Amino acid sequence: MIEARNIIKSFDGKTILKDVSAVFKPGQTNLIIGQSGSGKTVFLKSLVGLHEVDSGDILYDDRDFTRMPDKDRIKVRQEMGMLFQGSALFDSLTVEENVRFPLDMFTKQKLDERRERANFCLKRVNLENVNHLYPSEISGGMQKRVAIARAIALNPRYLFCDEPNSGLDPKTAIVIDELIQEITKEYNMTTIVNTHDMNSVLGIGEHIIFIFNGEKYWEGSSQDIFQSDNKELNDFIFASKFFRKIKDKL
Amino acid sequence: MSFLFHIGRYAMFVKQVFGRPVKHRIFFKQIVREMDVLGLSSVGIVVIISFFMGAVITLQTAYNIDLPIIPKYAIGLAARDSIILEFSSTIVSLILAGKVGSHIASEIGTMRVTEQIDVLDVMGINSAGYLVLPKVMALIIMIPFLVIISMGVGIIGGWTAGTTTGVVPSDEFIYGIQYMFIPFYITYSLIKSVVFAFLITTIAGYWGYYSTGGSLEVGRSSTRAVVISSIQILLFNLILTQLLLA
Repeated sequence: MIEARNIIKSFDGKTILKDVSAVFKPGQTNLIIGQSGSGKTVFLKSLVGLHEVDSGDILYDDRDFTRMPDKDRIKVRQEMGMLFQGSALFDSLTVEENVRFPLDMFTKQKLDERRERANFCLKRVNLENVNHLYPSEISGGMQKRVAIARAIALNPRYLFCDEPNSGLDPKTAIVIDELIQEITKEYNMTTIVNTHDMNSVLGIGEHIIFIFNGEKYWEGSSQDIFQSDNKELNDFIFASKFFRKIKDKL
Repeated sequence: MSFLFHIGRYAMFVKQVFGRPVKHRIFFKQIVREMDVLGLSSVGIVVIISFFMGAVITLQTAYNIDLPIIPKYAIGLAARDSIILEFSSTIVSLILAGKVGSHIASEIGTMRVTEQIDVLDVMGINSAGYLVLPKVMALIIMIPFLVIISMGVGIIGGWTAGTTTGVVPSDEFIYGIQYMFIPFYITYSLIKSVVFAFLITTIAGYWGYYSTGGSLEVGRSSTRAVVISSIQILLFNLILTQLLLA
């Protein structure tokens, strides 16, 4: 479980996150949604420690991440996996080497064992026979799957996904969404997905937090969204005519 | 203020670079790889530049001291000292600041803007140390060899130009390059080159590491890395010359 308490974060005097609190439970896909520039990426990056918060606490299973010494932070970080918006695979490494990278860095396993684990992770994300290829030689959807495989290589307790569907076609986006949800259930991970993709919100949103102008405006599930009378949330979710029609029919 | 900001952040960056590597086995592998990428791949350009540099120094010296009272072997002596004291270390380092510096800044800058550095940070890896320290160590190891190659090739270039144009006889040139030889000049040149290697890799690493935005900014970081490391090379050349030769 990850708990964020009263997070405030500013850049150059401008407050981006204004007293955001949230609890993310394991075994379910937690979604952070909001318009571009609402502060959701800053929130996600604050949770993983890529941004230091101005004030507030971030607790990983009751371990205070914001106040712990760097040595302990490194241990918590090794329990995290993160999928970045642009996949962020290492260009100079092959697909297999990318997936093996965390194993090479943090385990004392033999090369064969590390290879076996990397192949298992690649199979888990439905990728085979691409081990020797470089990231530039595979499609965007495949790159995302390799990034997921790398993120789960060390059996993380916490999985963070920043806009996992950006740049993907709707069909591939659904495959990635379902994969994230399956892995979350399978390994009972605490998964947080940052998205503004409505298919993801309605498809895998078991617990959703809506961020508006750096504040938490709404919290609930994909079912609750249709009943909500929160104006900002409705303006965001039902911005398109298509979704407005669906809401009206329901 | 901006200058002081960069000085302070550079100092903190260097401290971070020299943090303990996560795995020594991987660190040593990276050093070997970087020795190839940064050092061996630079041998060609160093050889070409040094040959012509030595040739031009010899010819210019010959044309400027064309007096009967000055013996011909002085051309070889002047060419040798110019090459050893200044050209092989400083000019080669300036060339490497362009070639290696822009390579490092653009590589690390691209990794920054494509969030590859964030991946390392999230994993709990000291990203600055992981990416920059092997490059620092590799160039520090390789640059003395490059400088020594440059010295040898520069003198060969000088001899070739001097003898083929007839400005200095071969035996006079060879006598000149051996005359009043001070071995410390080579030590001095190698010390300078090691300092320059440190400056090139850390300054380029710094500008790449703190790149923001997209490809345009990575290009700017790369240019800044080359310009600033070149200026620093000239500045430290002056300081080290005063410290070591005064």
